[in-house]
Amino acid sequence: MQPFTTHTGLVAPLDRVNVDTDQIIPKQFLKTIKRTGLREGLFYDWRKRKDGSPDPDFFLNQPRYQRATILLTRDNFGCGSSREHAPWALLDQGFRCVIAPSYADIFYNNCFQNGILPVVLKTDEVQALFKGVSKEGYTLTVNLDAQTVTTPDGATYRFDIDPFRKDCLYKGLDAIGLSLQHDSAIAAYEKRRSSEAPWLFTDLAAR
Amino acid sequence: MAAKTLFEKIWDAHVVRTEPDGTTLLYVDRQLVHEVTSPQAFEGLKLAGRKPRRPGATLAVPDHNVPTTDRKLGIADPVSAKQIRTLEENCRDCGITVFGMNDVRQGIVHVIGPEQGFTLPGMTIVCGDSHTSTHGAFGALAFGIGTSEVEHVLATQCLLQTKPKTMEIRVDGTLSERCSAKDVILAIIGKIGTAGGTGYVIEYTGSVIHALTMEGRMTLCNMSIEAGARAGMVAPDDKTASYIKGRPMAPTGDLWEQAVKAWRALPTDSGATYDKTVELRAEQVAPQVTWGTSPGMVTGVDGMVPDPKAMPDDRARKATERALEYMGLAPNMPITQIAIDKVFIGSCTNSRIEDLRLAASFAKGRKVAKSVHAMVVPGSGLVKKQAEQEGLDKIFQAAGFEWREAGCSMCLAMNADVLQPGERCASTSNRNFEGRQGAGGRTHLVSPIMAVAAAVEGHFVDIRNWK
Ligand code: SF4
Repeated sequence: MQPFTTHTGLVAPLDRVNVDTDQIIPKQFLKTIKRTGLREGLFYDWRKRKDGSPDPDFFLNQPRYQRATILLTRDNFGCGSSREHAPWALLDQGFRCVIAPSYADIFYNNCFQNGILPVVLKTDEVQALFKGVSKEGYTLTVNLDAQTVTTPDGATYRFDIDPFRKDCLYKGLDAIGLSLQHDSAIAAYEKRRSSEAPWLFTDLAAR
Repeated sequence: MAAKTLFEKIWDAHVVRTEPDGTTLLYVDRQLVHEVTSPQAFEGLKLAGRKPRRPGATLAVPDHNVPTTDRKLGIADPVSAKQIRTLEENCRDCGITVFGMNDVRQGIVHVIGPEQGFTLPGMTIVCGDSHTSTHGAFGALAFGIGTSEVEHVLATQCLLQTKPKTMEIRVDGTLSERCSAKDVILAIIGKIGTAGGTGYVIEYTGSVIHALTMEGRMTLCNMSIEAGARAGMVAPDDKTASYIKGRPMAPTGDLWEQAVKAWRALPTDSGATYDKTVELRAEQVAPQVTWGTSPGMVTGVDGMVPDPKAMPDDRARKATERALEYMGLAPNMPITQIAIDKVFIGSCTNSRIEDLRLAASFAKGRKVAKSVHAMVVPGSGLVKKQAEQEGLDKIFQAAGFEWREAGCSMCLAMNADVLQPGERCASTSNRNFEGRQGAGGRTHLVSPIMAVAAAVEGHFVDIRNWK
């Protein structure tokens, strides 16, 4: 996983609440057995008009947002299905950071597994950024270590993040590798628990 | 000892270790796996040269992609076929039990877990699927995870978690006749909103919840995710134990006695507190129908499509306008005037034997309207078999419903069961997102008997005073 330290990038606005993962990447793109190449499915249904032609009003179809790496959006982003294809598709399109007032739990988790930083800012701060992004070429600097988002005119907003998650993302750590370091603690847990609650340890024989 | 909630008891019993900031390595008792969210997890495991820690704690089944028509013909779509083949190969390589597409035990992952006795009270259960919350009906802590976490659980049998907050949703009073768990949960989502439960695990309490059958509790917990919650749960009781007893993977003999004893100690202690409590009176719950493109856009069948002009703020107005445009509905239209084209009875919300029995009892001797195409998709091969033994298939077919093989089907339309653009569907599933049942398709979420009545009349009707 790519570490996330400080990132300055072009901002793309998606001014909708409750954007669900079915919208971020529709089901027809979930048949893949790979993590890559999902970019063409990103917001697939919203990119097109009813007749199938590209919708020039949708931000991803506009030249000015082609190189955007920060997605600015509204409350409850990423609700619905647990599909990790949603952050994979965002990453494939080039997004390294999302900024919103709130996220759905599973999507929020999934971002951290893929080197994407989901920043939570207050509703009025997000509103201020939406104002800013109407200017073409609007960029933000996101500093994970300092936990800040800084606008071109120097306004700085602070965000909260769990220290453990922050550390893993900052260093690009492999979560599985980390947990495997606690193998003996896991084994000790299993030993104790299987004598307390043996019915939880009657495993299925592979059939 | 301090008084604890059901959630806290299960959480505390599964802590392997805790980081200084509270991040917890939580032990996972069971994992369920399906074909869509697992291939990249198995691939990652292989690439890193890792092996599953406890393959026997995992059960796999293909459900999202499987055809619900004659399975002997195989799968027409080569990409779907490959995904299902990949699941079977991965499970074979790792020593994980998988119910293949032609196994009678195959079905929707959240139907077969409880059906097999794989889901037990007090467990932590995960699956790469948001509706894993369903299993909370048994007094388990069950939640959906992403594919990287599926891989994490395969490799370590643990997950890194931050501790959620607890919310009690108490439902007391008496439900009107013909109102069901589906109406209760839709009313709850209407009340607290689709992000109302974000960061929380919900425990459903109160006389109405305890009176629900296990199937009803599963319907309720299933849609906890639509309220934004990480999980939903109901305390186990005698009903829970008698549902589990004798199922193929349930404990037996001495282990059964020990397990039941432990389950009795699980319910929330008196004096334990929740971070938040929400109350709902059952009398206020009318049969629910969603009118928009998010499960929180819901009203009683005796209500009307809302008017964006009456919305409190700009953002709500915009969201409503957009939803009405997508749904092709006019403000202030009575719900009972909405005409439908399709009816889907199925999904992990409402496809169990009780749902089908109830639906069949209303379909009996009636006919689906000429303008409507209706189908019933049982939740598992075993539900289907049971229904056929009881003659439910004949009742549905005589009424003009199609009777299908088990799977997710038109709940997310990954197989061939898809809404056409503009088509309007009364569906017993859990999501009415734009395009969920097919690009341009319009979904109204309802209970199974509301779906039957809509199929017969060609539009929504208030089931409470239907004939
Ligand atoms: S029935 Fe629908 S909601 Fe349930 S697991 Fe299948 S696709 Fe998901």
